[in-house]
Amino acid sequence: MARAASPRRTLLTTLAAWSVALVIFFPVLWMILTSFKTEASAVAMPPEFLSADWTLENYETVWSRSDYPRFFWNSVVISVGSTLLGLAIAIPAAWSMAFVPGKRTKDLLMWMLSTKMMPAVAVLIPLYLVFQRIGLFDTKLGLILALMLMNLPIIIWMLYTYFKEIPGEILEAARMDGASLWNEIVYVLTPMALPGIASTMLLNIILAWNEAFWTITLTTTKAAPLSAFIASFSAPQGLFYAKLSAASAMAILPILILGWFSQKQLVRGLTFGAVK
Amino acid sequence: MKMTLRALLGATVSLTLAGAALAETTITVATVNNGDMIRMQGLMDDFYAKHPDIKVEWVTLEENVLRQNVTTDIATGGGQYDVLTIGTYEVPIWGKQGWLVSLNDLPAEYDVDDLLPAIRGGLTVDGNLYAAPFYGESSMVMYRKDLMEAAGLTMPDAPTWADIEKAAAAMTNRDQDINGVCLRGKAGWGENMAFLTAMSNSFGARWFDENWNPQFDQPEWKATLDFYLNLMNNYGPAGASNNGFNENLTLFQQGKCGMWIDATVAASFVTGKDSTVADKVGFALAPDNGLGKRGNWLWAWSLAIPSSSDAQDAAKAFVNWATSKEYLELVASKEGWANVPPGTRTSLYENPEYAKVPFAKMTLDSINAADPNAPTVKPVPYVGVQFVAIPEFQGLGTTVGEIFSAALAGQKTADEALAEAQAAVTDEMKAAGYIQ
Repeated sequence: MARAASPRRTLLTTLAAWSVALVIFFPVLWMILTSFKTEASAVAMPPEFLSADWTLENYETVWSRSDYPRFFWNSVVISVGSTLLGLAIAIPAAWSMAFVPGKRTKDLLMWMLSTKMMPAVAVLIPLYLVFQRIGLFDTKLGLILALMLMNLPIIIWMLYTYFKEIPGEILEAARMDGASLWNEIVYVLTPMALPGIASTMLLNIILAWNEAFWTITLTTTKAAPLSAFIASFSAPQGLFYAKLSAASAMAILPILILGWFSQKQLVRGLTFGAVK
Repeated sequence: MKMTLRALLGATVSLTLAGAALAETTITVATVNNGDMIRMQGLMDDFYAKHPDIKVEWVTLEENVLRQNVTTDIATGGGQYDVLTIGTYEVPIWGKQGWLVSLNDLPAEYDVDDLLPAIRGGLTVDGNLYAAPFYGESSMVMYRKDLMEAAGLTMPDAPTWADIEKAAAAMTNRDQDINGVCLRGKAGWGENMAFLTAMSNSFGARWFDENWNPQFDQPEWKATLDFYLNLMNNYGPAGASNNGFNENLTLFQQGKCGMWIDATVAASFVTGKDSTVADKVGFALAPDNGLGKRGNWLWAWSLAIPSSSDAQDAAKAFVNWATSKEYLELVASKEGWANVPPGTRTSLYENPEYAKVPFAKMTLDSINAADPNAPTVKPVPYVGVQFVAIPEFQGLGTTVGEIFSAALAGQKTADEALAEAQAAVTDEMKAAGYIQ
């Protein structure tokens, strides 16, 4: 029987957890607070944690100066699109590696992961040229493909890890009951791995939403997502910190809300199979 | 029947021609995020009224991101942008590469001779004007008149570095958290190296000799760095090695700097509504050492057309409008003369209304005091006042900037920093094939 933790120990653990959470969340909190300050208050020295003159002016300015809904919609389409396409490719791939491994499966997995080690800028010019030539530049489809390919190794790796936790005998039983490969994956494997698939999906949406290098480089006016929206408010000369903070807050808010409501699913998926 | 057919045919042709005449050309303008550019986006109705057949789409990006995207597009001949906002650093390099369209054929009413000679010179390569200046700036001394008066000093209109040191010593009051002088210390080719390179010009230093040999081992650079480090260590703010334009602006606006030597564009900020010392600011030319060159830089955000653009005529119409005399009058009529993009046209400074703007004359004098084609006391093989217009300079400037910033932070001596800079720049110039 597990020994109950002492109240003191529980208190200390709780305090430590809150402290760590606060440290991690502090930059986001600071950004949100700054977005409601005047520009002068935003850069005051020493820093003003709570401003004397709160304002919504930054949000008004940012909203009126940019077509936020367009950037937002582009972000939604690109992140969800790349995630769904990635899952459609990754689920069968991870299934085959987990349940029908070959001699080179491990090497293949390592090779896929190694593609993530290459700096993005190394393929900037080739990818830029390819996108130009085949008409994918500044299109949502182009970015869906690019981000799907960027994140595919991570999706396959995560799904592979989850699938490995599922006993092969269950799939065997389904096969003996006459299930086709399609039925086996769709009706047996997928429901069992749903927490893992859901957390992979959420993580991939977050990665795609936050991606800035490719989304800024491969777009101009039509397909630019919220990363480009933020970049348009950054300036080296002049005080635009409060406006930049407001733009950043508007950009991360949707994904923050999504993360908040799906945190249970996310944690469950990320710790799937961690304790046996 | 024949007549009907002919009439129908004629009507079809007329409609087709009318359609072609009304066909809209869309141009994409890549720009940085600064107040003048944002203001222009708000005044586009005037452009559309004059050019109903042209539609303008904007891509606004942070300066370095813009530079990277535009460079990639231009180098690959992508043609994604029709008008580029670029600086005086890019124009000589890109113009030489043939990446930009010559603007020598702008209409006579554009009055190209009205452009300030120093700015025009920085945007011209082999007789071709490759970019039209939208906004120009130099650097100057901004100082606290009240503190100078309290110290019993008067700031000359054209001070020397000795004047600056004397004033900094007199105005420094650590008890009241007032630093005599605030200067850039944050590492970067456009941060501390913009200031230090311009400053070194007034000390007789140069980045390279006529044969591209690095010159950081010469006494002029030692004099520059020694003076800068002493000035900042004795009279500068704490943590100055982290301070760039925005940090110093904040310090000055909060009354914590006696002097600030930086971009002329800062004048409108330090006298603006966010400044606590708005009515106490005086202006003077950047300092010199009596060698014939002042420590001020020259920069212009300009509009250029990449040769890969497939809408060059429409792009030219836009550039013509945005950098014309009429545009300056349009801004003045809507937002007041103080908000007109400065530093591009002689006629602006001859306008009696604009002369009332407190920093107008000093901005003009500062711009006129810089010559990008002869920036240093000794001869050099490059163009550029606070930069060297070669593709390698961004990397070189940042490397040397980090070394000098570390010296300001006390992590190395001036001699060590100069030796390190000399070695780093020599290696890079050898690798790039400039020297053996």
